[in-house]
Amino acid sequence: MKFGIVVFPGTWSEKDTHHAVSGVLGQDAEYIWHGDEQLDQFDAIALPGGFSYGDFLRCGAIARFSPVMEAVVAFANRGGPVLGICNGFQVLCESGLLPGVLMQNDHLEFRCIWTDLKIENDSTMFTSDGTNGQTLHIPMSHGEGNYQADTATIDRLEGNGQVVLRYADAAGNVTPEINPNGSINNIAGIVNEHGNVMGMMPHPEKASEKIIGGDDGNVIFSSMINSFVASMV
Amino acid sequence: MTVSQETLDEIALSRDEYEAIIDRLGREPGSLELGLFGALWSEHCGYKHTKALLRTLPSSSERLLVAPGAENAGVIDLGDGLAVAFKIESHNHPSAVEPFEGAATGVGGIIRDIFAMGARPIALLNSLRFGQPDDARTRYLINGVIGGISSYGNCIGIPDVGGEIFFSDTYKGNPLVNAMCVGLIEDGKMASASAKEPGDLLILVGADTGRDGIHGASGLASRAFEEQAEMRSAVQVGNPFLEKVLMEACIESLDLPGVVGLQDCGAAGITSAAIEMAERSVMGLKLLIDNVPRREEGMTPYEVMLSESQERMLLAVTPGLEGPVFELFQKWDLDATVIGEFELGENVRIYDEGKEVSSTPVIMLTDAPEYKFTGIKPEWLTKLQNADLSTTPLPSASPTETLLKMLAAPNIASRFPIYRQYDYHVQTNTVVEPGGDAAVLRLKGSKRGIAVSTDCNGRICYLDPEVGTVIAVAEACRNLSVTGAKPVALTDGLNFGNPETDDVQYQLTESIAGMSRAAESFGIPIVSGNASMYNQSMGIDIFPTPIIGSLGLLEDVEKHATAGFKTEGDAIVLLGTDSTWDSIQGLAGSEYLDLVHGKVEGHPSIDLDLEVRTQAVCREAIEAGLVASGHDVSDGGVAIAIAESAIIGGIGAEIDEAPGDRWDAAMFGESQSRIILSVPADDVTRLEAMAAASNVPLTVIGNVGGSSLKFGDAVSLLLADAEDAWKNGYTLATSD
Repeated sequence: MKFGIVVFPGTWSEKDTHHAVSGVLGQDAEYIWHGDEQLDQFDAIALPGGFSYGDFLRCGAIARFSPVMEAVVAFANRGGPVLGICNGFQVLCESGLLPGVLMQNDHLEFRCIWTDLKIENDSTMFTSDGTNGQTLHIPMSHGEGNYQADTATIDRLEGNGQVVLRYADAAGNVTPEINPNGSINNIAGIVNEHGNVMGMMPHPEKASEKIIGGDDGNVIFSSMINSFVASMV
Repeated sequence: MTVSQETLDEIALSRDEYEAIIDRLGREPGSLELGLFGALWSEHCGYKHTKALLRTLPSSSERLLVAPGAENAGVIDLGDGLAVAFKIESHNHPSAVEPFEGAATGVGGIIRDIFAMGARPIALLNSLRFGQPDDARTRYLINGVIGGISSYGNCIGIPDVGGEIFFSDTYKGNPLVNAMCVGLIEDGKMASASAKEPGDLLILVGADTGRDGIHGASGLASRAFEEQAEMRSAVQVGNPFLEKVLMEACIESLDLPGVVGLQDCGAAGITSAAIEMAERSVMGLKLLIDNVPRREEGMTPYEVMLSESQERMLLAVTPGLEGPVFELFQKWDLDATVIGEFELGENVRIYDEGKEVSSTPVIMLTDAPEYKFTGIKPEWLTKLQNADLSTTPLPSASPTETLLKMLAAPNIASRFPIYRQYDYHVQTNTVVEPGGDAAVLRLKGSKRGIAVSTDCNGRICYLDPEVGTVIAVAEACRNLSVTGAKPVALTDGLNFGNPETDDVQYQLTESIAGMSRAAESFGIPIVSGNASMYNQSMGIDIFPTPIIGSLGLLEDVEKHATAGFKTEGDAIVLLGTDSTWDSIQGLAGSEYLDLVHGKVEGHPSIDLDLEVRTQAVCREAIEAGLVASGHDVSDGGVAIAIAESAIIGGIGAEIDEAPGDRWDAAMFGESQSRIILSVPADDVTRLEAMAAASNVPLTVIGNVGGSSLKFGDAVSLLLADAEDAWKNGYTLATSD
């Protein structure tokens, strides 16, 4: 499987994502410069974390106008898998590929901590290697990860099973105390209606090996790989 | 013409120095020329008061690839085709004036020093000093500095893996903000900040040049400092996004055949960067000042030369090969402009509007005067050292209550509320996260790993600058050794008061002597450093604070130890001493004496040979797989070290012996060369044999287990209560 990893000026998680999908999981991976518009050679696109264009104006607000994003939107609309991590999630929301917005953390501070993410829907191509109720130990690192949307949108997301990951404790209890940024309903990750575009604030690529504290993040990437292999049969 | 005192004050040159310039030139300097002298002869760039002392520091090592002072940072070989460049730098006065931008640009500056070496920055650390946080202005400084570090480091994608923060009113008006950066050089792709041949082009890349930061080096960093709002324009404003893009482009440019040199534009801007390149290249330099892209209209050559606008770098490029360089920087949407040319000759010649406006021999500019002095021990210090610690009254609070108070103290409580604001995972190399003694990073593609730490106890350096600095080196190394890493190199951030005074001259002389003695005992070089003088406010010098950054090597990164206790039933061993508890002399300069009794006195001491042997045994035991946890005994003594290992590990501890009559000294004394290890009971005999073979004493003091801390029959504290005090102490102390 071949991953395309988008690099905007200011992106810093592209090498970590490359290492996770290629170095650890043995897949092909290539960087895509923000000016590129040709994505046909890729089986999946990752929008990694960082501060694209310095996050000036608003996180992800400038990145959405880059040439590559037009191609990513087309790729997603053809049903291609797209994973947005952290700043990538913000770009997906700004681009309209995912609903809602990521606001400043409710405590107003940048927060780098390990989180436990409860899998709420294991039937997506991003979570199929996990099981509902399972928690994934994955770090987050952001100042603007407070997911919000209007009530109708949240109801729709919840009703359709589009809320895929929620901040929980290690045992899977979803509580206000464990919520690290104020996200509504402890939402950490969502998919679009078709289930081929996912955004998540925590960084699965930063949990790719035991030596750096854990490898639960691989569940996300291996789900994508296995779903792709299954779709080829 | 006689230059006015006002002009000299503005550039921080003395009348004698001005006369020396005339003497060297054989004429009066022009006004632009005088600005160049002011910048390059500033304390910050010229190291006038420290150069002679710094030369005495040990710098030889088989691993040394780039010697201190030769380039932007020293470089140490790690084997496996990997080398590390690292350095610490201060941004104290800018942070006192404008804490957010001061700290942010401090981080930016040290990062540029590292990637100027061709190294990819892989870790940041910071060492901070503030007044006591019960003061609103101090809390403003703390929040600003931490916010600035967080904002710059997080945006640029370099993990912030460690550091320290320490509060004492000596730093109230003059906080210390020292940032350290570690960079990895792969396959010998090291860069030099010099040109190769006459005719090489000097290309400025990155930000446009504005009026910000003029006189930063000479004004803010190099003279007696009083909090001056009007100096705010001397503080630069950082743009981490631009630095990130600049870093990527510069590292990429080193693969182009035309790029022969790379240099950071830091303090004193183009003046210092370009002229130091010319000096290093042993060439002359023609500077075309009107080519410099500007942020503002009407800037004079003087302002352009002395601007400290951030996020700029200089490249030396072979003529004819500049095309691909321009293309590459354009790809990253960055300006790249030819602003000069290296040439045969010895002068730096500055051209404005086609006319030569100054021409000065490079060597006269870069060879700043050197002030030599020998320190005389002040009488007040002898008095403090001779204080009779045995007359210290016992606190009215119980040992358990005092332990809780110590755990919550601003200087001891958990730093998690700070470092959770820094990204310490990015680049996915962090094996041991901040919160232990040293951070451990793996090196992808190698079995090896590195450990990094910073350390310095200003209170102890105040009470004996020589011994205090030995202790700073010892602790910075001990922090590495308790993870299993062997110390291989040091960097030093000297933070001192006014070097024109007898007291500070004594402190400087003694401190450097101590640093030499300690580094020689450990057999490691000091590869880079920074000197920040004139740290004082309201006329009072800060505690001498020679911050030591340490780098250690792990042959096998999997074989490392962490600070938290692991398993019920493990023996707790105190390595380096034959008694469980400390004696009254351990109170010298201790946190306990300051916090509980408001006193900074006594005479700290260290047995350096014992220290070196103790650390070696610790590493040997970790390497042999005997050690479940390792933690340095430092601020707060054995009681705090045990409590921290227990809290971090989430499991209690039972110490056999009660701390006795002088329980305060016993529990909280800070005698050196002690390490708390937890070891499976079956392995204690092997550890004892190992220690005996190296003539290192040890004491088995108790066991891991339970849900409380018990020290004989004297202390019994629920671990949950200890944890509560330790985890919330910082936030409680720093909240409004």
